Amino acid sequence: MPLDTGHESREFKIVGKRPVRPDGVDKVTGRARFGADMTAPGMLWGVMLRSPHAHARIVSIDASRAEALPGVHAVVTRADFPADSGGNEDVLDHCIAGEKALYDGHGIAAVAAASRNLARRAAALIEVEYEILPHVTDVDAAIAPGAPIIRPGLRTSGDTDATDADTNIAAKHEFGHGDVEAGFAKADVIVERSFTTGASHQGYIEPHACLATMNADGQADIWCCTQGHFAVRNTCAAIMGIEASQMRVTASEIGGGFGGKTTVFIEPVALALSRKTGRPVKMVMDREDVFRASGPTSSASIDVRIGATEDGRIVAGEATLRYQGGAYPGSPVEMGSMSAFACYDMPAVRTTGYDVLCNRPKQAAYRAPGAPMAAFAIESAVDDLARELDMDTLDFRIKNAARDGTQSSYGPKYDQIGLLPTLEAAKAHPHWNAPIKEGEGRGIACGFWFNFGGETCVSLNVNADGTVGLSVGTPDIGGSRASMCQMAAEELGVPYSSVRTIVADTSSLGYNDVTDGSRVTFATGLATIRAARDATAKLCDRAAQLWGIPAAAVEWRDGAAHPAGDNAGKFDPLTLAEIAAKGAETGGPVAGHCEVNADGAGVSFGTHIADVAVDPGTGRTTVTRYTVLQDAGKAVHPSYVEGQFQGGAAQGIGWALNEEYLYDEDGHLLNSGFLDYRIPVASDLPMIDTEILEIPNPGHPYGVRGVGETPIVPPLPTVANAIRDAAGVRMTHAPMSPPRVLAAMKRRG
Amino acid sequence: MKVGLWGSLRPVAGGADSVELEAATIRDLLAALVAKHPGVEPFLKSGIAVSIDGVVYQNSPGQTIPAGAEVYLLPRLRGG
Repeated sequence: MPLDTGHESREFKIVGKRPVRPDGVDKVTGRARFGADMTAPGMLWGVMLRSPHAHARIVSIDASRAEALPGVHAVVTRADFPADSGGNEDVLDHCIAGEKALYDGHGIAAVAAASRNLARRAAALIEVEYEILPHVTDVDAAIAPGAPIIRPGLRTSGDTDATDADTNIAAKHEFGHGDVEAGFAKADVIVERSFTTGASHQGYIEPHACLATMNADGQADIWCCTQGHFAVRNTCAAIMGIEASQMRVTASEIGGGFGGKTTVFIEPVALALSRKTGRPVKMVMDREDVFRASGPTSSASIDVRIGATEDGRIVAGEATLRYQGGAYPGSPVEMGSMSAFACYDMPAVRTTGYDVLCNRPKQAAYRAPGAPMAAFAIESAVDDLARELDMDTLDFRIKNAARDGTQSSYGPKYDQIGLLPTLEAAKAHPHWNAPIKEGEGRGIACGFWFNFGGETCVSLNVNADGTVGLSVGTPDIGGSRASMCQMAAEELGVPYSSVRTIVADTSSLGYNDVTDGSRVTFATGLATIRAARDATAKLCDRAAQLWGIPAAAVEWRDGAAHPAGDNAGKFDPLTLAEIAAKGAETGGPVAGHCEVNADGAGVSFGTHIADVAVDPGTGRTTVTRYTVLQDAGKAVHPSYVEGQFQGGAAQGIGWALNEEYLYDEDGHLLNSGFLDYRIPVASDLPMIDTEILEIPNPGHPYGVRGVGETPIVPPLPTVANAIRDAAGVRMTHAPMSPPRVLAAMKRRG
Repeated sequence: MKVGLWGSLRPVAGGADSVELEAATIRDLLAALVAKHPGVEPFLKSGIAVSIDGVVYQNSPGQTIPAGAEVYLLPRLRGG
């Protein structure tokens, strides 16, 4: 899409206000329908049998006892799927195993039965013979000599030096510019550290759920909780060997996604069960299923070296990043490698990333995928570098911050960016200037995310009563329906309450990319504005008909058509409602459309400040004060921008202090529930303060930038730097759980 | 024009950190790159983004490239 976005400064009447969200009443009264809330006549329940082994060859599957149980309608295994998945082989294999079980919890077979309990009983009767194989769940162990090979035949793409031998390294990525060794030769101080991070889960409260129907004629329907129902449609249609047009997917309300609902885990299995039984099949993951067999983050291992001159100028930096993405290629290590040093203006920088396989579930996206781990390493090392130079850590960041025109560490020069304003706002913020309480410490760190736009289609219908219906194809995971109503109302000049936004199903609208990449307020918003302008052009045409003047002599302003100047004639303005009421006389309904491939999303930066107290007896860290400062371009609904800031910070603090997949020596996941995998609750956190900066994105008519992902990038190093300040220990593993902090304090003496 | 390459592309595109190409659009640019360095084709198929004067394009092969623009190739961006 050419950048004809026409961004202009303007006074907004509705954008920037905080109206009540349109889906709020349904959600607080229990009327909203989530993934598990749908039923159908004749519906069966599907339940998955999962592998108890981390790595095993499947020798045989005997389902005869399960199939003989009264009320059981079918059992499916991988043999029930077409051999050609249309390029989705790894996605399908993660849903249901082929020749090997590749991780603890890997789906092996599924049962459809009259009730969920019956399906569970039947699944337990399926007899699977396994040949247990050596396994590996640690990223560094997986690339050590002699490591168990997970996928024989795998070779490292992007590595011209790789030998022709089996490996668990799927890909190598390199980024950077300048002469790194020459840069280090100029450095007066060099900090070199190694860091590791555990795998965290998105922790969405609603488990994956779907209701699938696949008829004998090949027509299929899915109701599911997802961040992208068009992607579900395309993936499932390819896996089942039918055309996308034969499948309709409807997105339910969603109880959290954060990137974890951008792919499929159960939908193809439910379709296969439905095709085999001829009945609708519902599947709902329980929490243990979600932890064992959905898509957590990568765990990571990172080596960092940064050098600076004694006057506080960074002259070189390099990092080697190793991310495991489960038993399949595709960890976000290239995103981590690109974002690692993105906050800094550096003459020489090099990052090398390795995508590593382990016997764990296939990773899925999680808010700014790959960036928080890299930020933990780089921002911790930057903090130590400033300390070694005896410089204030914030001033050191300001001195070295990337600015407009800086060549980014991943390649291109930045356009208009907002990192420096967030740092300067942090320096002026009351939090940064408040005295640090006795026994506490303060940390600061920055974060970066790319943001993108993508394929987007919206339809805006002007109703005869003067109200407006807006159909979008991006599931609302953060209040986007409110933001779309605001932007449509702003353009049309009608009250916010006159616009109703719905998330249309895949048969009602053109293709839309997934709700991810912080793209919806930017891309769907841009499409909404254009659809509204398309509609107002048609409304002007209708007014011209009513007045008997040329359409070019009519203009739209303040919610009404006006004659464009004295030469157009003297007519009273016609409002949207007045024109809509005469639609039947002037050509029928009025609608606006927009189909766009939105680019120009604009990168995003944030700076976080944390105060923490560390219990010297237990090593427990308590966050006592936390502030997020981030550039939003233009905050369409400031409350939801603040909510994104707070939510990202809360999730990042959880990852920083507690959240981590723990495996035993046999490769079994030890903490597949919220009692043992502890996410922060309200009582664990202070009120998270926010400051929205608005540096307009020239790629959007209102200047909007995506805001949803950046806030999870800084918390890991922000908390680590605060612990360093409070307890005098540099933590090199996240989460920084009490035993780890206590051990570090004991080592310090 | 000078087209910057991310590190992984360099070994299959002559070893330098950039290549000289003539192209009016992103579509032309990628075709010219493959014609000159066929080894880049697997990288392009697995997903690519093109930065023009700091604005990243992922889905716009028809996007024109202004004379004198800074052009840089990147892996396709992902998000959550």
